[in-house]
Amino acid sequence: MIPLQAVTMTLVAVGGLAVVLARDVVRQALVNSFFGLALVVLFLVFQAPDVALSAITVGSAAAPLVIVIAILRVRRREGKR
Amino acid sequence: MSYLPFALAGWLFLVGLYGVVTSRNLIHLVVCLAVVQSSTYVLLLAIGYVKGGTTPIFNGIPIGTKTVDPVVQALTLTDVVVSVTSLALLLAIAVEVHKRTGTLDPDELREQRG
Amino acid sequence: MSHRVRTVLFLVGGAGLAALLGWAFSGLPAFGEYHGVYGRLINRETLGQTHALSAIAAVTFDYRGFDTLGEEFILLASVLGVALLLREARERDVDASRGAETFDPIRATGLVAVPVVFLLGLFVITHGYLTPGGGFQGGVVTGLAIVLVWLATDFRSYAALVRKPLADLADGLGAGAYVAVGVGGLLAGGAFLESFIPRGTIGELTSSGTIGLLSWAAGIEVAGAMLLLASEFLEELLARRER
Repeated sequence: MIPLQAVTMTLVAVGGLAVVLARDVVRQALVNSFFGLALVVLFLVFQAPDVALSAITVGSAAAPLVIVIAILRVRRREGKR
Repeated sequence: MSYLPFALAGWLFLVGLYGVVTSRNLIHLVVCLAVVQSSTYVLLLAIGYVKGGTTPIFNGIPIGTKTVDPVVQALTLTDVVVSVTSLALLLAIAVEVHKRTGTLDPDELREQRG
Repeated sequence: MSHRVRTVLFLVGGAGLAALLGWAFSGLPAFGEYHGVYGRLINRETLGQTHALSAIAAVTFDYRGFDTLGEEFILLASVLGVALLLREARERDVDASRGAETFDPIRATGLVAVPVVFLLGLFVITHGYLTPGGGFQGGVVTGLAIVLVWLATDFRSYAALVRKPLADLADGLGAGAYVAVGVGGLLAGGAFLESFIPRGTIGELTSSGTIGLLSWAAGIEVAGAMLLLASEFLEELLARRER
């Protein structure tokens, strides 16, 4: 195993834990983006550029979009009550 | 050492599950579920990896070059895209739950149902 | 069950699961020592059989094209679910003038980026069997390029560009086209999803038989799905009144 793979795997492991431990949803959305980015690097060092391309489009744009909108929607209703 | 990627997959699965079990917010829970799902990508790609292998795209690489397994990559790349739509579906359910009950806390939801 | 009891229960169960996973993983060949026959065989034969440079595209849209059909319908079903759920409960009015509250420089950059990202998406769909990429990745890029219009301007411009029935149509049509190409294989006397057009010269855009067509079908479906998701979520966000 090359050192780059070991370093990236550590990053992903820490990232996954951070996503779970971030109890505030806005902070979690942010941490989740970093976790997604770490996963993309991991896919690249596993020689899977196709999967990395898939993960970067989904993780950097599509997933944050739906998560943030869901949070805003719920926040707005809570503000009205 | 050479089992580290498998350990990582197990770690992500368990950590994500821990988040799901202890979550007090449905949106937080759904994102934790996405962490669980990412463990399957890590496991699949780790199984198909060949030491010293390159990507199986035969564009300008010499015949006989060692390449990694394309099958697991094909399975993973489609699943990554599909996973975002299921994430959206779960978030939509969470938003609807909040509309109807005014809370996202699974414990409060159970109390409301009585 | 209280929070504490549930956590304790998970820790016990989780420890058991961790032990089982450790036991199972230790029976796998070590990382990098892959000895599966299927992947090796495909890597050896794919150029001669499919004429696609990318073995990954060949697996996605040829060897395991039927799998991908299943994935496409999972995608279609969950997007349908989102649309059903959110459309049913939504109040009519959308405050269309609300933009993404962006700085002017970002706004300008965003508008310049729209056509560039859109073209990039189409490129990725088209060249899936020559380079990394294909219908799934390219579809996401193409769909999200159009969502940039909302980020850079406001919902009115976005809604003028994206007619929701059209996004619905793209989503369904892509899935339908995939099945149609599959049936084409049957009509040509082969198996379902078997390539029925000439494989062409390796490395050229006209090569690889039906892989290109299926990639486009998937691309159209995924792009439609992304647009639908974005439209539904945006309308949900911008709905003017609460019930």
